[in-house]
Amino acid sequence: MEPLLVFPDPPPADLARLLDLAGHPWKAVDDEKSALNEAPDDGWGGAIIVVGERSEAAWALARAIRKNDVVVEPLLLVIGGNRLDELELRDELYDDFCLDPFHPRELEARLRHVFWRGGTGATPDLVEYGGLVLNLETYQAAIDGAPIDLTYMEYELLKFLAQHPGKVFTRETLLSRVWGYEYYGGARTVDVHIRRLRAKLGEEHANLISTVRSVGYRFGQSRWTA
Amino acid sequence: MDRQKEYVLRTVEERGVRFVRLWFTDVLGQLKSFAVSPAELEGAFEEGMQFDGSAIDGFSRIQESDVLARPDAATFEILPWDPKGETSARMFCDLTTLAGEPFAGDPRQVLRRNLDAARGDGYSFFVAPEIEYFYFRSADPDRLEPIDQGSYFDLTTDDVTTGLRRRTIQHVESMGIPVEYSFHEDSPSQHEIDLRHTDALTMADNVMTLRLVVRETAAEQGVHATFMPKPLADFQGSGMHTHLSLFKDEHNVFHDPDEPYLLSAIGRSFVAGLLRHAAEITAVTNQLVNSYKRLVVGTEAPSTITWARNHRAALIRVPETRTGREDSVRIEYRSPDPACNPYLTFSLLLAAGLDGVRRGDELPDEATDYLELSRRERAALETGVGSLPQSLAEALDAMEGSDLVREALGDHIFEWFLRNKRSEWFDYKTQVTPFELSRYLRNW
Repeated sequence: MEPLLVFPDPPPADLARLLDLAGHPWKAVDDEKSALNEAPDDGWGGAIIVVGERSEAAWALARAIRKNDVVVEPLLLVIGGNRLDELELRDELYDDFCLDPFHPRELEARLRHVFWRGGTGATPDLVEYGGLVLNLETYQAAIDGAPIDLTYMEYELLKFLAQHPGKVFTRETLLSRVWGYEYYGGARTVDVHIRRLRAKLGEEHANLISTVRSVGYRFGQSRWTA
Repeated sequence: MDRQKEYVLRTVEERGVRFVRLWFTDVLGQLKSFAVSPAELEGAFEEGMQFDGSAIDGFSRIQESDVLARPDAATFEILPWDPKGETSARMFCDLTTLAGEPFAGDPRQVLRRNLDAARGDGYSFFVAPEIEYFYFRSADPDRLEPIDQGSYFDLTTDDVTTGLRRRTIQHVESMGIPVEYSFHEDSPSQHEIDLRHTDALTMADNVMTLRLVVRETAAEQGVHATFMPKPLADFQGSGMHTHLSLFKDEHNVFHDPDEPYLLSAIGRSFVAGLLRHAAEITAVTNQLVNSYKRLVVGTEAPSTITWARNHRAALIRVPETRTGREDSVRIEYRSPDPACNPYLTFSLLLAAGLDGVRRGDELPDEATDYLELSRRERAALETGVGSLPQSLAEALDAMEGSDLVREALGDHIFEWFLRNKRSEWFDYKTQVTPFELSRYLRNW
């Protein structure tokens, strides 16, 4: 059994004790870099990330894992009840979560469950909206059956928007959820990519993404209109 | 392998891409390309593609002429004009030495270095060029025939060139290059395409792409498109007016609501820095012998080192902003022409402006009516207004003494450029032109 990646370093004492008692080998890491450097020869067996005081670093690590910068599956979060709102719009970043403080038997049950599922099958393979189809498995996008050729970031942005139709996002939200915290180019980047997407969607479909004045962007119809 | 690269590999497979064209730019701003098959792509990402750079303009070094082309996965685009079944794609490359250092002869690396330096001070540099060009029936100098006789903003609905321009815009937009405006320009067969502002590196790539798309789309119809700055003696030439803006975090640092024209202290010093170094950077912004036939008094092209809010013959304009969009204050630099190397041009505009900011340069008075006066008259008036170099030779002299240009371009490109352009000037100077024959042969 490959060791589990555990964040942060050192992990909370009760978590370490539980893993030891349950016979899970594990190694604590503090960031993406140490996750890469400390990676066992046969890879990590999974990850447990505690979203606690250093929640930004925790999310950055989860994002790095999901971007395959560090290959780890599945990913279980341990998160305090006062931080549950941080889960919103981050569904793609974890396979399951457990409330902190956790009950040892619940955590074990959840670990078993995510291992059984192998961290896959949780997300649908297609995102559809009107004539737009995104295939999450092949990274391909098409509108009215014709392929649209997107760059990676354009694809990620469109995917995020299409997964949340009718919802208005600020530039800052898009930046942190699509690009991640490590990005330093600023909200201008979002505007530039929105324009690129609209250009590629073509005149007919450019209005799929609308600008909400002095707020941000919305994909598809507003929730309040037909 | 990171997700960007994985995405490219996957897309190449899914879309049946037959060739991936790897693009880079020589020192003069000509696009270079070589194709790799999808099978080689993974290796190209991992190790780069090695090639002999000695035959490329501005790359030549005595030893170690081999360089590595490293494709930038973020620039992957399917080319929109290939017939079905022959899909190809392109990526821009960064060139490195075999040891992995940025290659000093690569203009894209030069721009990266200048942008990184600015980012070190917290600045990100955005540009938006307005690109003018001509359509001709052929590239034969003896049959220089415009295709339409339209003029500024003419709506020439049914002619060939309007269709060409429309198709060109569809192509570039499908490659993720948003177009803000396009219209018929002043001269016969002269058109303009204005690109929406983006970071300077992406924009330099976009300019290279647009120039190719304009020419390819025209060539499909047997038409020759040219970015030569002044092809017709009696009409306005083609410029590449470039709008500049500078951001710190989300904030446009050129904007200050409490200052005249809403132009902040940083904005004023940036303009002053551009004015200070304008003569030195002109050899790069206007790199052809022919460029200087455009920069003459009495046209809309600038010939003096001046700034103004509205005067169209000034070198720099600070355009008035629309009500409600006051924070879109920007600076328009009007001398560059579309035959420049955009990587080097954007590098120097940034370096010159930031030097003004660093020195805290004061903005001189706005130019008004003396712009249109001839050079001699201005000298007589002793207004103290400088003039842009009048020829490639003058521009090279100004560049040669510039520490700023040397530092921004790096020794390798700086020295090669001067050598190459001196030789171009020499070739030109030794010509006997029809002008001279018709003027002197009979009378002297």
